[in-house]
Amino acid sequence: MPEAFSESACGPAPYRTMQPSDSMPDTVAAKLSVQELSAWYGEKQVLIRVSLDIPERQVTAIIGPSGCGKSTLIRCFNRMHELVPAAKHRGSIQLDGEDIYANGVDPVLIRRRIGMVFQKPNPFPMMSIRDNVLAGLRLTSTRRADTDAIVERALQQAALWSEVKDRLGEPGTGLSGGQQQRLCIARALAVEPDVLLMDEPCSALDPIATTRIEDLLTTLRERYTIIIVTHNMQQAARVSQKTAFLLQGELVEFTETDALFTKPKDKRTEDYVTGKFG
Amino acid sequence: MAPRQPRRWVRRWGEAVIERGLLGCALVSVVTTAAILVILARQTGEFFSEVSISQFLFDSQWTPLFADKHFGIWPLLAGTFLTSAIAIGVALPFGLLAAVYLGEFATPRVRAILKPTLELLAGVPTLVYGYFALVTLTPLLQRVLPELSGFNALSPGIVMGVMIIPMITSLGEDAISAVPGALREGAYALGAGKLQTVFRVVLPTALSGIAAALVLAVSRAVGETMIVAIAAGQQPRLTLDPQVPVETMTAYIVQVGMGDTPTGTLEYRTIFVVGATLFAITFAANLLSQRLARRFRER
Repeated sequence: MPEAFSESACGPAPYRTMQPSDSMPDTVAAKLSVQELSAWYGEKQVLIRVSLDIPERQVTAIIGPSGCGKSTLIRCFNRMHELVPAAKHRGSIQLDGEDIYANGVDPVLIRRRIGMVFQKPNPFPMMSIRDNVLAGLRLTSTRRADTDAIVERALQQAALWSEVKDRLGEPGTGLSGGQQQRLCIARALAVEPDVLLMDEPCSALDPIATTRIEDLLTTLRERYTIIIVTHNMQQAARVSQKTAFLLQGELVEFTETDALFTKPKDKRTEDYVTGKFG
Repeated sequence: MAPRQPRRWVRRWGEAVIERGLLGCALVSVVTTAAILVILARQTGEFFSEVSISQFLFDSQWTPLFADKHFGIWPLLAGTFLTSAIAIGVALPFGLLAAVYLGEFATPRVRAILKPTLELLAGVPTLVYGYFALVTLTPLLQRVLPELSGFNALSPGIVMGVMIIPMITSLGEDAISAVPGALREGAYALGAGKLQTVFRVVLPTALSGIAAALVLAVSRAVGETMIVAIAAGQQPRLTLDPQVPVETMTAYIVQVGMGDTPTGTLEYRTIFVVGATLFAITFAANLLSQRLARRFRER
């Protein structure tokens, strides 16, 4: 549908502005604004004064070698970082202009607005496909009458509906790895978050399943702000509009994906994207 | 290298001896179990050549030591069932909640102190528990329940439950900590709180492991001897009233085994037929527990 619209002669559709070629960083609202964020596990500092503005309704990729702090960075975005014992942080993160770490802000409410998909698909084993999709509502005791519609919408959005619509009662763990990951995406979408964090969502999947998820991202970004951590630079180039390159806890470069890969400003970025290390 | 030849031969021979020795050690328990089975089966067979199976299964009285002999197993089964049910009723909620606390809420330091302390409970001799039930708990309970007889099912049942708590806690905590952290993270990321995560994701996922712990605890309660022999009385009685004296299967075996019943008599054989029944129950429970635990590991 988005394609059909953009090819039509009805004038420029608003979401066309999200294409990297014609995006205008100054006018795109920052969904998440990160200021001077540092993070530690015990004494070990893993993020060093990272500042970046994540634009709304785009896919932002975070790349960098293992251990550079990519996962920690996005785990600070939904306050999962603080669940690790001895983890701490400094700096601020604003979601729509509100500090998510301000006193009195319930991390649980933040996590309902910022969903997350993990490296390994983690559907709940004792729940059916349907119950997995509804898990976010059930676990937060959110009463909704239209559960059937929610299940269908979330599974449609995750491009899984046609494959599972006749077996919603079967266990979620009976699906293939790629289907399980899309089920986890549907589960995250069912609570209607604004932002979707994805921590290397394809690293446990085969190439076909990976392609499906990547295709999915291009449709999802019409509605959601997506931040994807990836090890795979081709993937970042394929799916994202902006890319951040992290190295040893420092944000080296954050710019349009095209620019980062074709004309990196920093020597370290160039070495990394051309495969000299990593 | 001629000199190495004999040494190699010695080594090979030595290894064979050690291997056989280890196999022998492993076989000790298997052979013992087999021997027990053979003896139980033979004595049980002789018992049933004198007493009909229908009398054993359908008579409502168990009085082999009286002049008017009855051989109905149900009074003993009822006594065992009653004390075990009370024990599980005590041990399951406390044991499971303790497991949840240790597995999900306790800091590593608290856990490092609490878990071994709790496991010490398992090291208390059951004789001590038995006398505790008889001379301490029963009088205490009698203040609340004046009807309670000096020997009863309630008091040893409760004490047996306390004895089993560490077992349920320990196995339950193993099952809970075996639940992958990724599932907890998945729940937190959806906006679930700690309690919701524990009770609606972690516990259901650990269910088969917890069920295995429960079945093992049941088999422990059914087989427990000293506490019930001391504090429950020795009156086989077909009742589910916890306030009156009852006799469990195990207590009956103690009673006859320590009494002056001559070997080779019908009275003597009754302890084997009761033993065989007990063996069948606990064996079935252990099999079930193993199966549940295996299903749990596969997941």
